[in-house]
Amino acid sequence: MPKVLTAPAMSRCIGCYACMLACARLNYASFSPRHAALQIRTQGGLQGRLVADICRACREPACAAACPTGALRARQGGGVLLDDKECIGCRACVGACPLQVIYWSEASRTPIVCRHCGLCVRYCPHDCLAMEDVGATVEVADAE
Amino acid sequence: MLNETYVRVLDVNLSTGRVRALRREDLFAYLGGAGLATALLREYARPDLDALAPEQPIVLAIGPLSTIYPAVTKAVAMFRSPLNGELGESHAGGRLALAMRYAGYDALVIHGRAARPTYLYVDSEQVLLKRADAVWGLDAEEAGRVLRDLEPGRGHRSIMRIGPAGERLVRYALVNCETYRHFGRLGLGAVFGSKLLKGIYISGDCDFRIPDVRGYNRVYTEIYERIVKTDAMQKYHDLGTPSNVMPLHELGALPTRNLQAVRFEGAPEICGEAFAEHDLMRKVACAGCPIGCIHIALLRRQFGTEHEYSWTGISYDHELVYSLGSLLGIASREGILRLIDKVAQKGLDAIATGVTLAWATEAAERGLIDPGEMGVRPAFGDAAGYEAAIEAIVAGQSELAQQLALGATVAAQRYGGEDFALALGGNPVAGYHTGYANVLGQLVGARHSHVDNGGYSLDQKPRELSDEEIVDGLIAEEQERNALNSLAICMFARKVYDRTTVLAALGAIGIHWSEDEWVALGQRIYREKAALKESFGFRYRELTAPARFFEAPTPRGRLDPACLERMLALFNERLDAIKAS
Repeated sequence: MPKVLTAPAMSRCIGCYACMLACARLNYASFSPRHAALQIRTQGGLQGRLVADICRACREPACAAACPTGALRARQGGGVLLDDKECIGCRACVGACPLQVIYWSEASRTPIVCRHCGLCVRYCPHDCLAMEDVGATVEVADAE
Repeated sequence: MLNETYVRVLDVNLSTGRVRALRREDLFAYLGGAGLATALLREYARPDLDALAPEQPIVLAIGPLSTIYPAVTKAVAMFRSPLNGELGESHAGGRLALAMRYAGYDALVIHGRAARPTYLYVDSEQVLLKRADAVWGLDAEEAGRVLRDLEPGRGHRSIMRIGPAGERLVRYALVNCETYRHFGRLGLGAVFGSKLLKGIYISGDCDFRIPDVRGYNRVYTEIYERIVKTDAMQKYHDLGTPSNVMPLHELGALPTRNLQAVRFEGAPEICGEAFAEHDLMRKVACAGCPIGCIHIALLRRQFGTEHEYSWTGISYDHELVYSLGSLLGIASREGILRLIDKVAQKGLDAIATGVTLAWATEAAERGLIDPGEMGVRPAFGDAAGYEAAIEAIVAGQSELAQQLALGATVAAQRYGGEDFALALGGNPVAGYHTGYANVLGQLVGARHSHVDNGGYSLDQKPRELSDEEIVDGLIAEEQERNALNSLAICMFARKVYDRTTVLAALGAIGIHWSEDEWVALGQRIYREKAALKESFGFRYRELTAPARFFEAPTPRGRLDPACLERMLALFNERLDAIKAS
């Protein structure tokens, strides 16, 4: 059953960044939280709210549509899969993402896209993030 | 610098605008943090000049584990203190460590004096001196908001700034870091002010590759799980440090009304449990720490009829509840929150402010000073009076206000009342009157702080300790903490970062150290800090404690000045041996 990353309880977030560090560490071999496919940030400083900029797992992803080589393909359940070998580093996907949540790796010259792997969820101490089962909803939506 | 064998130091001269990025292989053996800052302060500081002379440096340093391991979140500041004239050292959390890490600097050294109000902009590609005329005079919150709106990098940047107290050179002014964290102690804010430096923006997007993902992830996850899934840090997350208030009150160790009492009848009103039940709004964390010890209370203020309210989120901790609460006889949580808000906006160290106001209140009661000349007569328990007094001190419109801006110790030298000015080694004391180890620890600690060597904890051992156990215990603890502070690990996580864990964490990122090397580093920093203090004129053999520390009973009875003197003599023997080694 396909799952996608969601951020249903960001009001609990303390801003520890363990999720970003996990994604960067385990998916991109980077020590840098900027090298993560999700970004936690504040709105209005620490007096404001903490928010998560995450891939919302579009079922007809504009990033994949913009990809000239087919390196980005729609993923079952939503979102995309990246084939590094096919990527030419044009950054069309970065510009195409309507939520601007595709980041760029200077190190690999490829986009940083969410794999909906759930590693960030595993390192969230307050269950702000969750993996949501989308199998059924995708089918219903597709039928409309 | 991650994956390298040097530290990268940014040297900024505010007078000339010259900027240099230095690779210092010779300083790598200090690891970073307090060790690196000690070495850089020794290199740049001018013992022959006043603490506020333009030539004096501000050193900021992080360590090799910063941000990339859980709870390694501190940045260390070192400077010559304008409050006591000697070693200034203060640590702050927030996002500064993260921002320095990814800007690509292990340390910043800022010296000289800008020609006009300025803020320093640092990212991974450029260093700029920007005009701060328009934010000069703004309080710490508004200055932070303006810089946040002007500059990029939300979530990954640090914005340090001073308030009016720093601009006006109040000797215990602080530097605010991300609203809720501070370089609080020993007057770094006045050093910023003396350089016309309103603030520092740091951000960056350096990418560092992980050489051994599996090994690093294994150690990271072990530490993460000990922090999150065991009760090792439960105290800090649950009620936070104000959980100390009731136990200290019950023990008879909570300084109250300028340490004229050690139990506070208002403690149940202002303890951690009461704040959590009535006022706690949320908790937040420093970047890279899954604990979330920063407790934010809702301060709701009515400003008009028809239910008109303003609100502010106020960060509270034990030291603030003590210094702006029990020490001033304030039994109202709202009163304490209002005072915390006031010192935060003005940019003042809460402990030093509380100690100074407590001294002034008692000095006025005894007829030594007339606070009426500041237009306010604060009395113990009068939060509104203290708010007005803080305004008056920062405004500095009267001679008394100007003296109080120099701190309780200096004011007492001028007006009398030195016996009840609650500072040790020139630094206003923390909120624990537990016994000899606490007093001695703050006297001989490098930054005269309770967290130098945890004396308050030694005092609470089940049995009374001998002189040797106290002196040797304080020295050993401070040396271990020196090494931990060279990694800038949050002291709240010190029990998680035992030696085995620290060495494993270093090893997993390619820094292979032995336990002997670790121990030697702590000893080396200890020696070098002592030498630095002495170069600033500090004299270990001339240390004394004000009489009030002996008059107020501790849980083990009154302290005897002769006993403390004996311990100081023993300490000096030990220090001589350390220096000779």
